[in-house]
Amino acid sequence: MTCLEKRVTVVCGHYGTGKTNLSINLALDCAGEGEKVTLIDMDIVNPYFRSSDYVEDLTKAGIKVLGPNFANSNLDTPSLPASIGNAIEEGEKVIIDVGGDDAGATALGVYSRKLDSSGPEVIYVINRYRSQTTEPEEAVQILREIENAAHIKADCIVNNSHLKDLTDADTILRSVPFADRVSQLTGLPIKFTTAPVGVDLLNKIPNMYPVRVCVKTPWEKAGN
Amino acid sequence: MGEKVLMKGNEAIAEAAIAAGCRHFFGYPITPQTEVAAYMSKRMPKIGGVYLQAESEVASINMVLGAGAAGVRVMTSTSSPGISLMSEGISYIAGSDVPCLIVNVERGGPGLGGIQPSQSDYFQATKATGHGDFHMLVFAPSTVQETVDLISDAFDLGDKYRMPTMILSDGLLGQMMEPVVLPEPKDPTDNKDWAAKGHQGKRPHNVVNSLYIEPAVLEKLNIERFEKYKKIKETEQRAEEYLADDADIILVAFGASSRVAHSAVDMARKQGIKAGLIRPITVWPFPEKFIKKHVDHAKAFLSVEMNMGQMVEDVRLTVAEKKPVKFFGRTGGMVPTPKEVLAEIVKINGGDC
Repeated sequence: MTCLEKRVTVVCGHYGTGKTNLSINLALDCAGEGEKVTLIDMDIVNPYFRSSDYVEDLTKAGIKVLGPNFANSNLDTPSLPASIGNAIEEGEKVIIDVGGDDAGATALGVYSRKLDSSGPEVIYVINRYRSQTTEPEEAVQILREIENAAHIKADCIVNNSHLKDLTDADTILRSVPFADRVSQLTGLPIKFTTAPVGVDLLNKIPNMYPVRVCVKTPWEKAGN
Repeated sequence: MGEKVLMKGNEAIAEAAIAAGCRHFFGYPITPQTEVAAYMSKRMPKIGGVYLQAESEVASINMVLGAGAAGVRVMTSTSSPGISLMSEGISYIAGSDVPCLIVNVERGGPGLGGIQPSQSDYFQATKATGHGDFHMLVFAPSTVQETVDLISDAFDLGDKYRMPTMILSDGLLGQMMEPVVLPEPKDPTDNKDWAAKGHQGKRPHNVVNSLYIEPAVLEKLNIERFEKYKKIKETEQRAEEYLADDADIILVAFGASSRVAHSAVDMARKQGIKAGLIRPITVWPFPEKFIKKHVDHAKAFLSVEMNMGQMVEDVRLTVAEKKPVKFFGRTGGMVPTPKEVLAEIVKINGGDC
């Protein structure tokens, strides 16, 4: 599917909803369709399991990765390179993987003016199985905190409900009422619902988006 | 049983402690452990508990001593350099026979080291956390679920034996996300008749103290404490065995590196090499019993760790030169890969040992 119509896509949400895995998938799919893509890792809060961990694979797929200057190093002083601002302002397609919650989204606030003029699509990622956002009201509360911190408004929701490798069709089906309720409470449309490749929903949910599970622990990675 | 939810290891530590009845948390932030404190700071005020960010780790651990002496369930959590700062206080706690939970989400060292995962505090946790003759019960979980389960046990056993207990985790387990079922909340029974919690004029003062002027009195206390440790060594050893019964090469690994070792054992088995794994769940007491029963049939042991070789010394003591004991490790925040560990297994299997 042609996944992203806008030049700039912002992926935000609660910690651990699967923002990084979704961002990587979106970037790979756009690149697969021949588009030039830059993936921006804007997570300056979480030192582990982040887009910058996947630079090698992403670069192989022709994707440019911009991240905090010291990502993946032992330096606990995250700072963002100037090239991020330039990429948001003009040029090729950009996907921004924002850090979790309002704390993670604060870094995005710096770019709010540039984002305003680039007219981005802001995706709010939800996961019904993620502790502290299992109730629709909690998911809405966190969205409001992120919007305030980052000076942006979400345009749509992606239902990325999963339980890591325990995810099956039933897991995803059971998340539908939750996602619908979040959509109702916020007035935001559900852009799509994700399912890991190989999990078949038999057309029971509209707008499915298959995702490869890219974010893995060191002992899960193939060829390691 | 509750529903499965996805939790980060560090959040699960906090929530499991709350479920176990802990309402007192004193700490100081440090990567990669900070989410424990952050989570506690949000939750404790909502449930009538105390979250206090002290001015340092030194202050935190002394607050833990005070709260523990007053008989409440109390914890702190930090990462490697923080434990070094706490070591004096931990010794005081052990010397005062006060139960408390200390969590170490290890990072690379020595010194300020780095923020990536490590297991290089094994010696510190199991042999010499602070000065003087003492031990803590130390649990080394390998999944987020097991972390949750062991926290409850750590509190209960700490109360039972009146001693500090530790969860020895690492940055990887602290930061990773896994599905967990949280335990039902419990309200621990208050039977701490030794605690300094107000005598109401009905009994003599309880004194919680680690200072003894008379050497003979202090020696007697230390001996009594070691009688208790002996009993713990007999009854509290825990380990998980995986394909160990017919194994020629037995890997020994705890925590995150045991997950890598587990994958490596599967890969070796696919190549027809009889590999197995013993995963210590308690690292003090070291699960000697679990290793000893495999010494006769195993051809060699391989300790896999995220350090320069620490637990391997306990494996060697246990195997007592009856079989070769090899070591493979990565350090400084590097995590061994299953492929690297497999290469070691293949090397040992080829007779190169």
